[in-house]
Amino acid sequence: MFLGAGAILHQTHEQSLENMGGLIHCMPKLAAIFLIGCLSISGLPPFNGFVSEWLIFQTALQTGALESGVIRSLIPTASAVLALTSALAAACFVKVYGAFLGLPRSRHVATGHEPAHLGMLAGPAWLAGLCVLLGVFPTPIIEGLNVVTGQLVGDTLPGAAALGWLWLTPVAPEVASYSAPLVLLGIFLTGWVCYQLLYRRAGLEVRRAEPWDCGFGGLNARMQYTSTAFSMPFRRIFEPVFDAQETIEEQKEGPSGFQTTRLQYQLRVSDRAWPYLYAPVARAVTWLSRRVGRLQTGNIRTYIAYSFFTLLILLWGIS
Amino acid sequence: MAWLLALLQTLLFIGSAPLLAGWLKRLKCRLQNRRAPSLFQPYRDLRKLWRKGPVVAHPASWIFKATPYVVLASAVLTAAIVPMIAVNLPTAKIADVVVLIGFFALGRFFLVLAGMDIGTAFGGMGSSREMTVSSLAEPAMLMAVFTLAMSASTTNLSEAMNYVLNTGLVLRPSFVFALLGLMLVAVAETGRIPVDNPATHLELTMIHEEMILEYSGRYLGMIEWASQIKLMLYGVLITNTFFPWGIAREFSLQALGFGVLALTLKLVVLTVLLSLSEALFAKMRLFRVREFLSFAYLLSLLGMLSHIILEVHH
Repeated sequence: MFLGAGAILHQTHEQSLENMGGLIHCMPKLAAIFLIGCLSISGLPPFNGFVSEWLIFQTALQTGALESGVIRSLIPTASAVLALTSALAAACFVKVYGAFLGLPRSRHVATGHEPAHLGMLAGPAWLAGLCVLLGVFPTPIIEGLNVVTGQLVGDTLPGAAALGWLWLTPVAPEVASYSAPLVLLGIFLTGWVCYQLLYRRAGLEVRRAEPWDCGFGGLNARMQYTSTAFSMPFRRIFEPVFDAQETIEEQKEGPSGFQTTRLQYQLRVSDRAWPYLYAPVARAVTWLSRRVGRLQTGNIRTYIAYSFFTLLILLWGIS
Repeated sequence: MAWLLALLQTLLFIGSAPLLAGWLKRLKCRLQNRRAPSLFQPYRDLRKLWRKGPVVAHPASWIFKATPYVVLASAVLTAAIVPMIAVNLPTAKIADVVVLIGFFALGRFFLVLAGMDIGTAFGGMGSSREMTVSSLAEPAMLMAVFTLAMSASTTNLSEAMNYVLNTGLVLRPSFVFALLGLMLVAVAETGRIPVDNPATHLELTMIHEEMILEYSGRYLGMIEWASQIKLMLYGVLITNTFFPWGIAREFSLQALGFGVLALTLKLVVLTVLLSLSEALFAKMRLFRVREFLSFAYLLSLLGMLSHIILEVHH
């Protein structure tokens, strides 16, 4: 994801998601690689993020075996929070992928093209390949990792490959099983059958037309949903968590302010933890460094005196 | 033999999904004193759509064209792993209930991307709303499912149904909470009143329909079919996991026939409940959905905690 973001930055010189859009048309390869990254990080099957998430949930479901009642109820609650986090991560990466979809919102983005240097594509591409590989064949990898966990904690997942490399069964086959290769095969098979049944018919060519504009015409890139607009419901829902300040300035004209001539929208979102958690630490460090800074007079004679006295004290200490 | 039966069950599942949609529409019409269309109207609609070539907007990329296939494939795959008329089928082993929620998420992810692909305000608005609703609904559903999985100490749906069948009818507080939570989530996820209205085409009030506004022809047919399958999936999931009685445990013709009959009866009861609630409630504002789904989340969490506190014995 970082390499892909770097490639976008390099090709378009654009940092804000608000100004992007439609990159999938000028950078199809990068778009495909980035999509795999987004799918993996959102924890969707059959990619690697999902396998990790699935294993964590399976662990949380084994808490019935624990003695302490507090931990027994805390771990499932934590997994509830994990479920919320993964759902929100999916929303976040849909928003990020919005940079590739829709229409370009600035000139740089519209004229951007695929990275010319092959290395810029190969870097994220092999990582995306690993995402797919780890997601589709998790069992051999877990077998390999078992050696490490065995040495570190003295316990392993012995039954992970109880039914062979095709199946992942962390505890026992009847408790939970997941077969990513069969899932992938199922998706391809169903897609292929649909394609054969529906696509291969004469007279069903795809026709291109203008998008629906409610009959007014003249849709442009500024009318599409921006990434700020996309996340607006989340800001509203998680209002207590964030410190969001929205201001709308309107200039109105005409009788009783019918006509809005100018509209300015400002949004500032900050973390509530910032002023209470980090800001005091930052202030303390600044205060301390000011005090230490008094030593630095900027006068060469003072520094020579410092060195002289340090030497004296060291010599005294040695002898 | 078992694999063949699993394939037949999947075909029966996806084949009867439009019938369920037609039946639900009929019930709603009755409650609103209207004359209902035929039960088979959804089949006619689908056939009409499949015969038409799609019209695709100019800015659409390959994601827009691939999405109907991904959405339909994930819905069919989910239908394959949910035990419908028989348990102990081999397909139930491919994926457990957490993977099932993952499939729903996969289909939705692509649908949301396709909504944003055209670059109109409608698509973006629908995508944004769909992600908002689902990011609150998904954790609630996971928690409800976890409660069941913890009681049965398995996430495999077929094994969980066997567990409920073996223990018999016991009133567990955790199951009551989880059932209520899951029903609320199902209403939200299948886009029914009071969260979304599948019949509306007023741009500012819809969620699901707004995302698929640009789809037409066979693409629209596939997406419509997938959402009918999804509705049936939730119905089967709720009825069969909490009330699995009647489901076939051996593969004899008699047991399977009884399984079909039992499922039909269960779904009829559930759809009557759903249509009654749709007739009695009005669609709520988007930001009221937060309270609705937090309530579902709370119910599911309560279900799980009550399982841990009341029902685990050492």
